[in-house]
Order: sequence, then C-alpha cells, then structure tokens
Amino acid sequence: MSGTAFLEAVIDGILTGGVYALMAAGLTLIFGVMDIINIAQGIMVILGAYLSLWLSVDLGIGLLPGLLITVPLMFCLGVAIEFCFMRRLRDQDRAQMSILVTYAVAIVIEGILTAIVGDNYQQLSASYVNSSVHMFGFYLPDIYLIGFGLAIALLAGLYYMLYRTKFGRAVRASLQNRTAADLIGIDVNRVRTVSVGIGVAVTAVGGMLFGATNSFNPGTGYDLISRLLAIVILGGIGSIAGAMGAAVFILVINDVVAAWWSPTWAPIVYFAALVAVLSFRPQGLFGRVAVRAQ
Amino acid sequence: MSSGDNQSAAASSGAGPSGPGGRGAGTAHAGQPASRRSPVQLAVGGVILLIFLGFPVVITDPTTNSIAFFALVFMVASAAWNMFSGYTGYLALGHAVFFGSGGYALALLCAHLNVGGGWPSFALLPLCGIVAALIAIPIGLIALRTRRHTFVVVTIAIFFIFQLVAYNVGFTGGTSGLFLPLPPFAGNNNKPFYYVALVILLLTVAVSWLVRRSRFGLQLLSIRDDEDRALGLGVKTRRLKLSAFVLSAFFVGMIGGLYFDFIGQVFPNTAYDPLFDLSIALMAFFGGLGTLAGPLLGALVLESLQQYLTLSFSSNGTYLIAYGVLFLLVILIMPRGVVPAVTDLVKRRRLKAMVAHPEAEQQLAGVAG
Repeated sequence: MSGTAFLEAVIDGILTGGVYALMAAGLTLIFGVMDIINIAQGIMVILGAYLSLWLSVDLGIGLLPGLLITVPLMFCLGVAIEFCFMRRLRDQDRAQMSILVTYAVAIVIEGILTAIVGDNYQQLSASYVNSSVHMFGFYLPDIYLIGFGLAIALLAGLYYMLYRTKFGRAVRASLQNRTAADLIGIDVNRVRTVSVGIGVAVTAVGGMLFGATNSFNPGTGYDLISRLLAIVILGGIGSIAGAMGAAVFILVINDVVAAWWSPTWAPIVYFAALVAVLSFRPQGLFGRVAVRAQ
Repeated sequence: MSSGDNQSAAASSGAGPSGPGGRGAGTAHAGQPASRRSPVQLAVGGVILLIFLGFPVVITDPTTNSIAFFALVFMVASAAWNMFSGYTGYLALGHAVFFGSGGYALALLCAHLNVGGGWPSFALLPLCGIVAALIAIPIGLIALRTRRHTFVVVTIAIFFIFQLVAYNVGFTGGTSGLFLPLPPFAGNNNKPFYYVALVILLLTVAVSWLVRRSRFGLQLLSIRDDEDRALGLGVKTRRLKLSAFVLSAFFVGMIGGLYFDFIGQVFPNTAYDPLFDLSIALMAFFGGLGTLAGPLLGALVLESLQQYLTLSFSSNGTYLIAYGVLFLLVILIMPRGVVPAVTDLVKRRRLKAMVAHPEAEQQLAGVAG
C-alpha cells in the first residue's frame, strides 16, 4: 500500500468521521442527560435523509436550505418522543426499558418509511454532491468538505451551548446529579425534553450528509445505529469531544483497512477494536467513569 | 442474612408484593415452588399443554401450523434469553449469534456426516446447542467484563462481527448461504417440526423453572438487584453469569438448528438478524421480564401477530407499524409487562375480597380503598 493511498484513506476517514461525530453527538447527549440509549437514532438519520430527499425532489428546495425546515421538524419529533414515552419510564429500569421503547419507535418509523417508499435504495443529489476539488494533491469530493465543515461548525455550536451558556450548565448539572439539579431549581424535565430535541435535531443534518454520501433505504438504520453506538461507547458516555475522537478513530481504521486489505473486512476490524478496547477500558477511550453508581 | 436470602423469602413465599420502587419488581411473581401451586393452577397448565399437543391435530391448515411452529421457536428463544437476561438483568442483544450458529452447525453437520432431513437431522439438534454453548464461552468471558450499556453494546458488536464473518468466510457459503437436507415428510407436513419444537420448549421451560427456584437462580437474581453487594456477600458473580449465559445460548442454538432445518437454508442475513436480537427481548419485556410465563406469553402473542400481519399485508411495512404501536401501548399501560400487571391485579382483587368479606374488617377495607 502506497503512502498516498494511506494518506488518502486517513483524510477520507477524518472527513466522514466529522459527520459520524455529529450524529453520535446527538446520541451521546441523550445518553448522558437521560441515561437512555436511543436505538431510533439510526432510523432518525435515515428519516432526515428522506425528508431532505422529498424537499429537494418534490418541492425543489436545495439540500442546504432544506435544513432550515428539516432541523425544526426533527427537533419537534424528539420533543414529542420524550414527552410521550421517555418521560414515563421510571428511573430504576430506564436503562433497559429505553432500549425497547426507542426500538419500538424505530420499528414504527421504519414501517412508515417502508410503507411510503418501499425498499429501494436512494441517494441525494445536488450540484455539489458529484463535484470535487483538487487539494494537497488529492481530489476531495465537495460534499465531504461541506459535510465536514458543517459538522464541525455544529459540533462547535453544541460545545459552546453545553459549556458556555446557562442552559448548558443546567444540562450538565442534570447529567451529573438529577436530584441535586432539581433541588437548586433547575427544571430537569424541561432540560431533558430540550436535550432530546437537540439530540434528535442533529440527525436532520446528519441524515442529509449521510444521504448525500451513501445510498440508503429504510433498513440502513440498523447498520448505522451499531456504528453510532460503537462511537458513543468508545468515546465515553455524554462526552461530545469523546464522540468526535472516537468517530475519527473508528472511521480512519475503517477506511485504512478498506484501502489496505478489503472493504468487506473493514467493519470487522473496527468492531473487534471496539470489543478489545472495551474489555480493558469499559469506560471507553475518553470516558472517566465506567458506569454510573447503580 | 443477605439480600439474596431476603429475595428468596419473598420469592418462595410467592406472596410478597413487590415493594414500592423495588428494582426486582418481577421477583415476587414467578418461581413459586410446587407446594404453593394450587390444583387449579396445575389443571390450567395441563389444559394449556393439551391445547398445544392437540393444536396441529385439530387445525390441519399448513399455513396456520407453520405460524404455530414459529411461535414455538420464539417461545423457546425468548424463554432461553430470559434465563440469562431476565434473571441477571444483563440485557444481551446478540443472541442471534447462537440462533444462527445453531443453524449453520446443523447445515454443516448434515452436509459432512451425510445425514438426511427429518428425524435424523433432529437427532443432531443437541449438538447444535453444544456448538452454540461453546461459542458462548469466549463471548461471555469477554462481554461479561463489562456492565449495563457497555455490555449491551459489546454484545451488539460481537453480533455484527459474526454476521460479517459469515458473509466473508468460505465454509458458510458466503452470501449464497447453505442448504439443509429436505425432510422426507409429505408436502406441507409441519407436524414433526411442531412437535420437536414443543419438546424443546418443554425442556426449556423445565430448566428455566428449575433455575428459577434453585440457589443458582436466587444468586442470579441477586446479581440483578445489586451485583456489587452480591459480590461482597460471597456470590461468585462471574462464574454464575457465565453459566447462565452459556445455558441460555445452548437452548437458543438448539432451537436455531430446528428453525433453519424448517426453513431449509441459512443465509448470513437471516441467521444473524438484528431483528431477532431485539424481538426476543421485546417478547420477554412484553410478557414480563424475569418471570417464567412472561416470555412465553409475549412470544406467543407477538410472533403469531407478526406472522399473521406479514402474511396479511405482505411486506409494505404495515406489520412493522402495528407491531411497534402495540408494543408502545403495552409499555405505557403496563410498564412491567403483561404477566406482572395481571398478577398484581388478581392479587389486589383477592386482597380486597378477603378484606371486604368479614364484617369486622369493613373499616379496614374503607381505609385500603
């Protein structure tokens, strides 16, 4: 394997890693604040992709402007799901029940999508999806650069919101200790609802970028959620910077193995890496605590 | 003495109402020893068994029989999953590994030992279970180092490794899969498969019941309720978790072999199916996690429903919607599953009747009501 090919795989991995980091950031936010694994995150990304598809094909709204519509829509979906289902789970069995509730939500979304569009694979198209730019001796597809830029900007925004605003402080307080946050006057329920809304809203952007770089159908969500979970766990629960690092780590491994060995073995290598890392560091690569106090 | 022993008192008396906010809410509802089972309960059990035995004799329609067979398969799988996940509280979402490996094991054994379809292949089913159990040992050793969310994710990751390996290695036939020998039974005769599944189901339920009322089962429940305290009290948690995991894999592997024997072929995407992982968990939750009857009821209702809906609405997604909505409704109305909710209801009724009956206790009833 030549040096350039290796470098190209690494660059590819970093660029797509940014998009995965964004999707995983939503998952890790919900995970951290609610102690809930949102199995539906994968299918929500696909839903976001379909929303972008319908806006661009049926209404002629471009992919990027379309985000102004899809992001609020997905935010409302997240709020509705939190309000209807997640809120009703009791604290003791939240971890287990959440997996099943969100899985049921995922099944319903998958069923609706299948009923509307069937199993055919689709891909988003726009002028910047197929063009590329010559940079550092490589041809980089525009959409990868746009996606990476957008993802980084949103991650930075998310980071700013969490660490520099009053709302972010409330989120982190609820994440650390629900009872104490309640006692000092934080409306924990509201914080949770908004957090889930934000966590789901990022899938609109993630879905648009995923749909423009991959072909998808309603069943793609399963493959996606396994990767996202791997990223979140590897990065450490609730850590956005961790999700970023883990996403790049996993996708660089994926792309390098794909280029150097074969694309079919690439996922095996990173799942094996995941299992190996977690066997020795159950808290993930960047996490501080393994599990919350039981 | 220990929390485990307290649990045992509550569980074996069979009367302890679950305390408010008790983590082991399902504990008190299952595994009542035989001495506490009334003749009525035994009679009901006998009638249910007779219905299962007589079903394919009375209803001879092969389509209905195949639905019944699938329901039995999932009852076994869900009950076996419950034996580990329900009792220990460790949510394993990778049991399709054992299901699919059972299928591949049977296909390979039949091909290499020149075994025909039908009864000779059924004789190999225990071997499929053993293969699955052997696979479960290293998986358990690795995955059980972690807990809670991380455990869930590790089991999912291992599941995907198996699926990808099955796609890419030679002996599984890759994407084209493997074929199992055709059964010699006359066309559309599902009865032998049905009865073999029923035998495996009875075996699974018996073992699940024995585990539940044994010291082993109590130790598993103590892990679910508070693993660190159980460890501190001298429960050998690691060994126990692994034993339960392997035991559960054995039954899933065995029924996996039978399932793919019925289907006739094994593909990577049907053998290692993420929907299977989640379905059996869903079924156990639907009925009541950690109870004996819960997974059986959940699998019976949900699998029959799913098969029926798939047949009625083909594959346009309607069955997925119905399935998901039904499950969400059950979770909202009965968050602990159907069996615990109904048991609670019956108990409350009985308590009310008991209190209301003697006139002297009318005041008490007033307080309670």
